[in-house]
Amino acid sequence: MAKKLLDAQDIDRALTRMGHEIIEKNKGPEGLCLVGIQRGGVHLARRLAQKIGRTEGTEIPVGSLDITFYRDDLRIRRQPQVRETHLPFDVNDKKVVLVDDVFFTGRSIRAAIDAIMDVGRPALVQLAVLVDRGHRELPIRADYVGKNIPTSRAERVEVQLREEGYEEDAVLLLSPQEAQRDASE
Amino acid sequence: MLRSKDLLGIKELRKEEILLLLNTARAFKEVLQRDIKKVPTLRGRTVVNLFFEPSTRTRTSFELAAKRLSTDVINFSAPTSSLVKGESLLDTALTVQALGADIVVIRHGSAGVPHMLARVLRASVINAGDGTNEHPTQALLDAFTILQHKKAIEGLKVAIVGDVLHSRVAKSNIYCLGKLGAQVRLIGPATLVLKAFEALGTEVFYSMEEGLRGVDVVMTLRLQLERQGRGYFPSTEEYFQKWGLTRERLSLASPEVLVMHPGPMNRGIEIASEVADGPESVILEQVTNGLAVRMAVMYHLEEMKKA
Repeated sequence: MAKKLLDAQDIDRALTRMGHEIIEKNKGPEGLCLVGIQRGGVHLARRLAQKIGRTEGTEIPVGSLDITFYRDDLRIRRQPQVRETHLPFDVNDKKVVLVDDVFFTGRSIRAAIDAIMDVGRPALVQLAVLVDRGHRELPIRADYVGKNIPTSRAERVEVQLREEGYEEDAVLLLSPQEAQRDASE
Repeated sequence: MLRSKDLLGIKELRKEEILLLLNTARAFKEVLQRDIKKVPTLRGRTVVNLFFEPSTRTRTSFELAAKRLSTDVINFSAPTSSLVKGESLLDTALTVQALGADIVVIRHGSAGVPHMLARVLRASVINAGDGTNEHPTQALLDAFTILQHKKAIEGLKVAIVGDVLHSRVAKSNIYCLGKLGAQVRLIGPATLVLKAFEALGTEVFYSMEEGLRGVDVVMTLRLQLERQGRGYFPSTEEYFQKWGLTRERLSLASPEVLVMHPGPMNRGIEIASEVADGPESVILEQVTNGLAVRMAVMYHLEEMKKA
């Protein structure tokens, strides 16, 4: 059985806190935009924007980023489909907060930063992640973290969100055996 | 994921592979609309264009697509290469591979040349047109262009008009549209549109007025005067009178009809200028989309070899 690390309420509380932290650190919502990394990050970015929008009484622009073309490995992935990159705003001189579900080696974030830089020159780029599971391979850190979860490399962290068709939000830890079984399906 | 390291024809592709390429092309089209129209995806790889037939637009399109993916590109065209010194085609290809090519894009006047090279080379081979056989990336970009305007290809009525006999574009499109579920009609003189083409799952018409009725897409083909002998039709003037796509004939099609042409166009022979430049025409969009589709093909071939 996969171990449940966070339930729906935990996730919601973590996002609420992260929303507040983003506003606090950036001294308000001015110039702020959220960019979710496909796929999980996109849903989380929308939720964060909603939370921040509600407290600040303003609309926070949200974009989505697919990093496939910027990866350093071209490897087979479980989602071989390239997804949409849609940035409905000019990133130049904006405060861009990248949003991802699981922060692992840091390679996806490296790719996301490169992708954002190709689109424009933001004033700054920050990183918000729901789960930081460690094992960084690059000198990249997150500015906002929902939960730090120590893992072994062979384990897998799975984020299940309602927007992806799951009944309930949850973050699960899959053992190496479960992760392998899941990958071969 | 693609199953083969090569793209030799649409005939060899499965429907899912076609859909995968079209989906990825959509993402590349977004890249092409940016200020920086380039991604680092295939950095360090080498693409060689081997063109044994004159071509500007296809070669340029492949070259630019390869550059947008950050590869290095070498162009090899027949009149300037060692082929004029008597080197065999195979030796040229092996030389190109020894130089480190990862992808070889080939156009040749004889059908089957890309297939022969694909068997010998470790590099990926992309067929950019082989004789009257296939021109797969053209069909993919045509399907992509249709999908930018219509929700789905399944169920659409598509007319392919003109010199089907000599057209590799038509053949690739017949396979591609067929696999995607369109109803394909072929229209033209009996000398260029053989009844036998119905075996490919198409419907053949010998009258524009009948064939164009209610169609959602019209693809006009270039009259391939250089491939034809004599006697297929009396004169280009008469051809236009009978088979040219005019505004009047186009009015028989669906009100949302798309007009396509693979280029280069012979205005006033297979298509009237006012139609080529009209609101239904997506001819220039086809050129732009060709870049995105060729990027998708190269990307997925490299991904396939890596796996």
